[in-house]
Amino acid sequence: MPNVLSVFALRKRFGEKAAVDGISFEVGHNEIVGLLGPNGAGKTTTINMILGVLEPTAGAIRIEGRDVATQRAQALACTNFTAVYAPLPGNLTVYQNLRVFALIYDVKNSAARIQELLEQFDLVEFRNVKCGLLSSGEQTRAALAKAMLNRPHLLLLDEPTASLDPSKARDIRAQIRELARRDGIGVLWTSHNMVEVQEVCDWVLFLSRGAILLEGDPKTLPREHGKSSLEDLFVSVAREPLTLEAG
Amino acid sequence: MRWHPVLAIVLRQFYLMRGSPARLFPLVMWVAVDILLWGFITKYLASIAAPGFNFVSTLLGAVLLWDFFGRVMLGVTTTFFEDVWSRNFLNIFATPLSIAEYVTGLVLTSVITSSLALVMMFVLASAAFGLSFFAYGVMLAPFLLVLFLTGIALGIFGAAIVLRLGPAAEWLIWPIPALVSPFVGVFYPLATLPGWMQTIAYALAPSYVFEGVRAIVAGATFPAIHLLWAASLSALYIVLAVAFFVRVYRRAVRTGLLARYSAETVS
Repeated sequence: MPNVLSVFALRKRFGEKAAVDGISFEVGHNEIVGLLGPNGAGKTTTINMILGVLEPTAGAIRIEGRDVATQRAQALACTNFTAVYAPLPGNLTVYQNLRVFALIYDVKNSAARIQELLEQFDLVEFRNVKCGLLSSGEQTRAALAKAMLNRPHLLLLDEPTASLDPSKARDIRAQIRELARRDGIGVLWTSHNMVEVQEVCDWVLFLSRGAILLEGDPKTLPREHGKSSLEDLFVSVAREPLTLEAG
Repeated sequence: MRWHPVLAIVLRQFYLMRGSPARLFPLVMWVAVDILLWGFITKYLASIAAPGFNFVSTLLGAVLLWDFFGRVMLGVTTTFFEDVWSRNFLNIFATPLSIAEYVTGLVLTSVITSSLALVMMFVLASAAFGLSFFAYGVMLAPFLLVLFLTGIALGIFGAAIVLRLGPAAEWLIWPIPALVSPFVGVFYPLATLPGWMQTIAYALAPSYVFEGVRAIVAGATFPAIHLLWAASLSALYIVLAVAFFVRVYRRAVRTGLLARYSAETVS
């Protein structure tokens, strides 16, 4: 079985500037990979290319062996995402949004699937509430419900818990981890919360200036680079990437 | 093409209209206002002009056909604007939905809303001023078809312009029907226009429809070749508009405009 996500020598240039500079990585089934890095490192650009809304300058992206450039619909049929900058339309209710996206993803038996997700993400009482009227945490849960609609094999989560209180964030992390294990989902997870990353990710990639500077197990990586915590390592990547490159 | 994603675009618009009378209101209101305004103008003109000229079928009928054209165009652009207004591009385009399915969804939505508007026109205009579109005979169907195809093409073109130039460009799109109307001779024969305007008029499919309306009401014949030419022109507009939309979309994907669209960046 091919990896759920394979990225080869991916590059994106905007004029003279390389936003992503030849990165390669893989995400396996039942694996959560953290994509970390300071603002502007190229995380969102990478996610946008995987989602097919941004064309790479060079390189290839394969989702379960299907090339996003040439087999876009098949590749994206088993993919989904949430991002804080892509909320669900606020002028539709939670149910209406899920119904529309269930049709787009051609979800079978969508009524039952939507009900299952409403219960799973604690949204039953908000079923008929417009998404624009939800709190940011409730909107995040609604977006996560949308992201799970098509039972994705690849899930892209761009700061999925950024708007959640610590209690809800912990619940959501546990839920996503459980879903990934149960359904064999591959997850690419970006976050600035290093405690969260250490808790959920099996592997992390540190991006800096569009390139992968470091990668490894988040539980052992800080020690390997002489840092006491993942957060210290993150700060070093953000402030002194050249030092780490040399090391 | 898969039909469920196409229906998703239609269903979204249905939910929006059902939940917001402000979206339904214009479908009826502008038609009603035009019928009242032009209905009374035609009544007045009929009272002061020599008997024998049918102002109702010529003027009011033409105005309503033009309203239908505008409604078709706005049916496409408004459905597209809903994605602009709700910053939904990333959610919509990061799915298996193809451009063909998305554009078909826009068109199907417009078919439904403009058909509703057309029925409203039939009912109101005949009840209030005795206008019968059936006065145009069997030619009514091709007239509506040409206006429908041209409206769809202009709607897709307008959506592409907004995708290319950013959300603020929607203000360039709303007045398009008003800008086109002097050239297509809604109210007067094309012969009234100066030469350069006539040249443009003969390249516009709706011009043939309004010439045809006047010919039929006057009891003259309207050459079928003109109708065929108008239908061919409007089909060509659709091909060109879709090609333009696809080109603009691909550029937006290449430059990153689609991914950061809501920032109103024009690159």
